[in-house]
Amino acid sequence: MPHLAYSAPATVEDAVRALAGAAGVAKPLSGGTDLLVQLRTGRAKPDLIVDTKRIPGMMGVREENGAFVIGAATPSAELGEHPGLKRAWPGLVEAAKLIGSTQIQARATLAGNLCNASPAADSVPAMIVARVTCVIAGPGGRREAPVETICTGPGRTSLARGEMIIAFKLPPRPPRSGDAYLRFIPRTEMDIAVVGCGVNVTLDAGGVCRDARVALGAVAPTAVLVPEAAKALIGRKLDDAALQALDAAARQACKPIDDKRGTVDYRIKVAGVLARRAATIAFARAEAAR
Amino acid sequence: MAYETLKVVGTRPIRPDGVDKVTGRAQFGADMTMPGQLVGKMKRSPHAHARIVRIDASKALALPGVKAVVTAADFPDIPDEMAFVGEGPMNFRDLSCNCMARDKALYEGHAVAAVAATTSAIADDALALIDVVYEVLPHVIDVEAAMAEDAPLLHPRMLTQGVQPAPTKPSNIAKKMVFSLGDVAQGFKEAEAIVQRKYTTKPVHQAYIEPHACIAAASSDGQAQIFSSSQGQFMIRAYVAKLLSIDISNIRVTPAEIGGGFGGKTLVYLEPVALALSKKCGRPVKMVMSREEVFKASGPTSGGAVEVKIGAKKDGTITAAEATLKYQAGAFAGSPVGPGCMAAFAMYDLKNVTITGYDVVSNRPKVAAYRAPGAPISTFGVESCIDELARKIGMDPVAFRAKNAAKNGTKAAYGPTFKDIGYVETLEAARKHPHYQQPLGKNQGRGVASGFWFNIGGESSAAVNINEDGSAVVVEGNPDIGGSRAAMAMMAAEVLGLPIERVRPIVADTSSVGYSFLTGGSRVTFATGMAVTQAAEQAVVELRKRAAVTWDIPVDDIAWVDGKAQPVGASAGKFPPLSLAEIALKSARTGGPIGGKAQINAQGAAPGYGTHICDVEVDQETGHVTILRYTAVQDVGRAIHPSYVEGQIQGGVAQGIGWALNEEYIYDKDGRLENPGFLDYRVPVCSDLPMIEAVVVEVPNPRHPFGVKGVGEVPIVPPMAAVANAIYDAIGVRMPDLPISPPRLRAAIDRRAEAAE
Amino acid sequence: MSKHHVSATVNGEPVEFLCEPQETLLDVLRDHLNLTGSKEGCGSGDCGACSVIVDGRLMCSCLMLGAEAEGRAIDTIESLAQGETLHPLQQRFLEHAALQCGFCTPGFLVAAKALLDRNPNPTESEARYWLAGNLCRCTGYDKIIRAVMDAAADLRK
Repeated sequence: MPHLAYSAPATVEDAVRALAGAAGVAKPLSGGTDLLVQLRTGRAKPDLIVDTKRIPGMMGVREENGAFVIGAATPSAELGEHPGLKRAWPGLVEAAKLIGSTQIQARATLAGNLCNASPAADSVPAMIVARVTCVIAGPGGRREAPVETICTGPGRTSLARGEMIIAFKLPPRPPRSGDAYLRFIPRTEMDIAVVGCGVNVTLDAGGVCRDARVALGAVAPTAVLVPEAAKALIGRKLDDAALQALDAAARQACKPIDDKRGTVDYRIKVAGVLARRAATIAFARAEAAR
Repeated sequence: MAYETLKVVGTRPIRPDGVDKVTGRAQFGADMTMPGQLVGKMKRSPHAHARIVRIDASKALALPGVKAVVTAADFPDIPDEMAFVGEGPMNFRDLSCNCMARDKALYEGHAVAAVAATTSAIADDALALIDVVYEVLPHVIDVEAAMAEDAPLLHPRMLTQGVQPAPTKPSNIAKKMVFSLGDVAQGFKEAEAIVQRKYTTKPVHQAYIEPHACIAAASSDGQAQIFSSSQGQFMIRAYVAKLLSIDISNIRVTPAEIGGGFGGKTLVYLEPVALALSKKCGRPVKMVMSREEVFKASGPTSGGAVEVKIGAKKDGTITAAEATLKYQAGAFAGSPVGPGCMAAFAMYDLKNVTITGYDVVSNRPKVAAYRAPGAPISTFGVESCIDELARKIGMDPVAFRAKNAAKNGTKAAYGPTFKDIGYVETLEAARKHPHYQQPLGKNQGRGVASGFWFNIGGESSAAVNINEDGSAVVVEGNPDIGGSRAAMAMMAAEVLGLPIERVRPIVADTSSVGYSFLTGGSRVTFATGMAVTQAAEQAVVELRKRAAVTWDIPVDDIAWVDGKAQPVGASAGKFPPLSLAEIALKSARTGGPIGGKAQINAQGAAPGYGTHICDVEVDQETGHVTILRYTAVQDVGRAIHPSYVEGQIQGGVAQGIGWALNEEYIYDKDGRLENPGFLDYRVPVCSDLPMIEAVVVEVPNPRHPFGVKGVGEVPIVPPMAAVANAIYDAIGVRMPDLPISPPRLRAAIDRRAEAAE
Repeated sequence: MSKHHVSATVNGEPVEFLCEPQETLLDVLRDHLNLTGSKEGCGSGDCGACSVIVDGRLMCSCLMLGAEAEGRAIDTIESLAQGETLHPLQQRFLEHAALQCGFCTPGFLVAAKALLDRNPNPTESEARYWLAGNLCRCTGYDKIIRAVMDAAADLRK
């Protein structure tokens, strides 16, 4: 494990320069809850680690024009302590707060969870349905990209060499909107999601759904947005027929594998179950939000 | 000496090593350092089964900072030899080959070489430079697959023992055994209801939180020091001596505090290798396993297949019982199938019973003891079958067990006749407990199961030394895994008549206390407690003698009451009592230092029984099981320190629940372990469990001065069946295969729904 | 490979140490600062035996590089007692027999202190979920939770 160098730059530009110009493999380090584990097992063998936590603006939650901006290196624990964010986006916050134990929560970040690109990452389905935009800095300057374009396969992202995410932007929240994220794990804590489901809805005054997004995690090589599941909800209230249609659409979208955490058949069935349960919570939150 | 009125035993003092443990001062295996120490690491086979063609360590040795490399060539080629160890017999050649592979790697993670280097990073680099050429062989993991005609063979000369006529063709079946009473064929004819089912369990690990760790230091005069976290420093000394052909007298083993064992630290993995490295380079070598190494290369327990058939009359009398047990031994013979067979029906008074057991090798780590070794697996099958049979004849499950319960005078299938047992008392306490009457809701269910464990006695040495100020030191030789040293101090304090704060216990090294068999078999409070009690009683005899000298009266005229010598009989009232402190102060003038010593092979250990009640709730859509409530009743003889007795019960229950629901070894198609870490090897976490009520029943063991029966192992025996029976009660689905993980339960629920259509 | 020179505050005292880039904070605490109270149970952040508090937050020291400690305040189990006076959590753990082998105990105590610093009146469920990242194999958690709840009551007085 030698030949490893560590640096903690003070600006985004310094970090980008270090990542782009490294002689070998360079990786950003925020919480390190995936990277340090992989360093130890040998799955990751970087030559340079670039610590992002000393860069101003990388940590913290800001409100700008009724919309939230989350610094990419903000630990999940902080997200859970921000009352405004919790009120507007309870599903996103609960997804981030499900990542690991209390100890992991003090370190785990949305950027790390996303860019580690595990198909089962908890925050990703919730970020997708929330229409999160990533602010990316790289050798070519800054750009923005929808969060669902980042993961391209297990362990792989669309980020170019030298690029790193510096912030996540959430759109303004229309009234009567609610989101929810549920995952299935065999214990009550500490497991990687066997299936994850994020649902985000906006209702009209009569309780009819006007906008919906449904995304599933751990049932395909990346988290998937499920337009057919959204169609099952839009234009209706959440009655039994809508739930059944939602369940079926969620199951249809799955392309899971058998692994040490679950079987194909099980994941498909539970995807439908979680979609129903998450939608029920999201609708209830939307009703309660004015 | 009978102890009727107890002042210390039965109370709950703070344990004497407690402050060290809550401040982080206590020294566990990896906390010790020695000047000049090197880091030792193992090179391990990536293959489940392979011939080792060649090992070339020259590049590793040439790396600056590398001070030694060892392979099997550095270990004596010792012949086959059987000896009794821990919970079962041991072959020392097998043990040596398990510590360092000779000719063949028999499981993924099997050690094939080791290095000692100045830093961890250099040791890792050195491992990568050791060139091992393997010839990969077909492998087999599952027990029934390993028994098949055409299974890949691990040991070409293994012929099944216990089969007549003796086989000539080698196989992976090391041994077959049969225990039998009466005539089961006749018994089944008399049965009016029969349940027959096959049950399976997956291999699991003891999962102690502290990885194995030791430092070994050899000096040029042939002496060796070992500091090690283990369940027995004398075991370490004996095994290292055997494996390296060193005299026992040249090895001194100091026990570190131990971070959990549960049977998994009753043998050696690192110590012989660390010492071999140290001998080669003349510096201390510290070796600590990573968590991955613990899972891959220590001693998890067997997976098994258990076929059970029980028949009963409509009035609930069991007329016949039969079981066939097939257990994985891992790479070398020696699964706990023997105790599994013997414990399987030991809760019941049976006239006709036959139990057959097979010990089968396969390409996974050599199994080590895990808390009541063998019994949880067989009892899972038996107690699930009992539950099904009780329902079939329409009888309450506790009443059905009570009708057939083992009592004093019951002859067990494995030989002895039980006396002073307390099984019926646990059934009665369970039946009367408010838990048993608590109403249940939808998708909720209640399961009952019982369990048995033998408990052993064995060799223990202890000394009780009186200090000049009238306090006492208890010297014993058993590593304290669960609070036992507190119990030792309490028994000595009771005998001496001292307050507990005036008695300091220590767990001594192999040079400072007499031979003591390891901590295991639920023996320490019984056997070492017996030795400590006898040593304290000897000290009391000596104290009375000193009072006799001081008062110039016969020693028979002196009683020891409340920590004081009191004149009685003809001398009653002649002198005011002399306290222990007063006698101690004058010890030089009355004959010298005062103390007592005992070295015994404790006889009269009594078996323990438990009856558990488990409530669950099942989420039928996801297969998730929540444990709502758990009550564990157990006969402990006498609880010396009730808090630690309760703790043993609660800990065993938690392990059993994990074994039932989510713990398992998951292998890929190449025989490699897919989950060698706590992320995917799923032990119960804090939020998975409710409070666990431990109900202590005391049916004293008259052969121990305080009535003690072993406690630690019984509680892991019933939970798996208790959970499975509760799930059946909740949703009507029988789960005969463990673990009952959510995907498996959901699949079983779906199969039942399809069958109903 | 060059070492990093790090200045930090550990248990209220300024410290300086040298560490290699890949060394974790746990390695530094145990091997360079002689603070062996924090334990390695898994090295992957799954067992909590290495729990420490960094700038007021509960973390696994095995998942932080030693170099990241620069300028930070780290509190380990060794600072829980004040001289000879045990913290109520330590006292209650002893009274409740909330430890058997004691290996997980430092991690639990640090984690429980972090809980009570933030939530002085947790429910049993809140305590269990907060402590889910700390594994214990000996106790079944029952007496640990009782000790934490009692210590919480002590501290609220």
